Amino acid sequence: MAAHTPTTTPRKSAIFDDYTLSEIRRAATTGIYDIRGGGSKRRLPHFDDLLFLGASISRYPLEGYRERCDTSVVLGTRFASKPIKLDIPITIAGMSFGSLSAQAKEALGRGATLAGTSTTTGDGGMTPEERGQSKTLIYQYLPSRYGMNPDDLRKADAIEVVVGQGAKPGGGGMLLGQKISDRVAEMRDLPKGIDQRSACRHPDWTGPDDLEIKINELREITNWEKPIYLKIGGTRPYYDTALAVKSGADVIVLDGMQGGTAATQEVFIEHVGLPTLACIRPAVKALQELGMHRKVQLIISGGIRNGADVAKALALGADAVSIGTAAMVALGDNDPIYEEEYQKLGTTAGAYDDWHEGRDPAGISTQDPELAKRLDPVLAGRRLANYLKVMTLEAQTIARACGKSHLHNLEPEDLVALTIEAAAMAQVPLAGTDWIPGRSGSTEI
Amino acid sequence: MGRGRLTMPELDVREIGVRGVNKALMALDDSTNDRNWVVRSPQGQHSIACGLTAPIDVVIKGHVGFYCAGMNQQANVTIEGHAGVGVGENMMSGRVHVTGNASESAGATAHGGLLVIEGDASSRCGISMKGVDIVVGGSVGHMSAFMAQSGHLVVCGDAGDALGDSIYEAVLFVRGKVESLGADCIEKEMRPEHLAKLAELLQAAGIEAAPSEFRRYGSARKLYNFDIDNVGAY
Repeated sequence: MAAHTPTTTPRKSAIFDDYTLSEIRRAATTGIYDIRGGGSKRRLPHFDDLLFLGASISRYPLEGYRERCDTSVVLGTRFASKPIKLDIPITIAGMSFGSLSAQAKEALGRGATLAGTSTTTGDGGMTPEERGQSKTLIYQYLPSRYGMNPDDLRKADAIEVVVGQGAKPGGGGMLLGQKISDRVAEMRDLPKGIDQRSACRHPDWTGPDDLEIKINELREITNWEKPIYLKIGGTRPYYDTALAVKSGADVIVLDGMQGGTAATQEVFIEHVGLPTLACIRPAVKALQELGMHRKVQLIISGGIRNGADVAKALALGADAVSIGTAAMVALGDNDPIYEEEYQKLGTTAGAYDDWHEGRDPAGISTQDPELAKRLDPVLAGRRLANYLKVMTLEAQTIARACGKSHLHNLEPEDLVALTIEAAAMAQVPLAGTDWIPGRSGSTEI
Repeated sequence: MGRGRLTMPELDVREIGVRGVNKALMALDDSTNDRNWVVRSPQGQHSIACGLTAPIDVVIKGHVGFYCAGMNQQANVTIEGHAGVGVGENMMSGRVHVTGNASESAGATAHGGLLVIEGDASSRCGISMKGVDIVVGGSVGHMSAFMAQSGHLVVCGDAGDALGDSIYEAVLFVRGKVESLGADCIEKEMRPEHLAKLAELLQAAGIEAAPSEFRRYGSARKLYNFDIDNVGAY
């Protein structure tokens, strides 16, 4: 009898993992890169890598449920005669009618209004449903100018000039033909059924000097009433923030690579741009050096999921945050109740990201009337409002524990980092030490 | 401000600034009796007469900077001089007329109305146009009608590199030489209905030229839906 020969356990490559192998096979079969929605899915230094210290002997806390912890924020105080006043510092990010159904857009407006915050249009223009259900609506002014109409500009409460977004800084967009319904086609002045490219650059300005003139034109047309936001993807946040201030922005929206998109190349989402955590301190530094911190407000987006993330972003110097992916989930996106249908699409609840294909079982990222009917805008709006309120309560809980009577009183000193990477990006000490990577000497504790 | 109602009301940028001029013009509505306005001393300032909504005639006596008559609705704006970047950008209706030359991105993303440039227009004329009609008496620079969606661009002179790159349904008429055509832009047959439309546009613009001397360009429609086999065209 032959002696038993031990075999080694089959070992898969760490770099050629199952996902990588499947992607190679998919590319070889189809000849096209992978397009998907959402933001970066890979593990990145993030807010989870930060902890609040809380109060102790040297700091005293505020009483939960009793002592006031203010959450209000005013946006656009620099030049606009009618700044935006919100009850909570969590706004809804721009998402287009076209990528989302009219019902989903209406639900976002309803939820934001119930929670005392703003929502934002997207590429494709403003729908009456959205305007009608949104107490405070921010109008995106995008490179494609699809549906761009001066009447809508005047109906908006603020204007957001979109330079880029975190999922694809430097990239434009594509709404594939299958999502171009009659209504979407009409709003965008294009034939039904063709792929609609969204330009990566604005057609009539290049660079900060031109942008300043463009912003002044928008102010002229809207009688200097409306705040002008400037949305940028996280790439060179220090310089971009300084240039945004120079260009005359009232508010800067800075979106990290975890921020979602309706559709772009997987390779773009995962390999271009900065994590949200790496964006905040350089942007705040630029504002502080220019004497504009809190005068030009900073909204941070990209991977905000709960009240802790809100509190951490604010502690690092943001005035508010914005949510997109999380808001979609609150409406019902990727809900396991549709697992059977997700399976039919070759995916599973929680992983569905082919938003560009328009077959969303939850009826959110679709223009299919039958699927879109699945979303009740009133109920979904209520869910979003509940979620926004929970996030706010969570952020207040943390702020009170740190002894703060306003969320804006949270500060970097309240934070430590769990990893060296997060400590370096957030510029707070590694937990249990006084070490901030990249800074010489000890911190002032 | 106004100098009495027996003469045209006049606004002077030097005296009241761009804000003062725009505020006065934007305050007018369809019912106004003051239909004819003159803007003096524009001094190349930006955003003059942008965002107008009333059916009024405005004559600007001199050169203007960026975005003159931007987002125009109904108004008939004449610039007696040259215009900077983005003249008539995103105009929705009405007429914008430049007696001199225009800089980059003239009529960018405009949805409707008529933009006339008697002289030359620079690069990206009619970029991403969405229904406007543009008539240029002279030549246009490179990348004109880039991603042009709908409307007409008439060029009585020559066109620069990459005319109509990634064009959708806009129609281009060029009388002179085209340096090169952009991706998915091709020459097309000039049929009687196109000659008639061209004659109508030239007449509306007040520019004399024989339609028979023009060629028509438009989309080959091969890039309307992504196809990996067309990747070399991008």
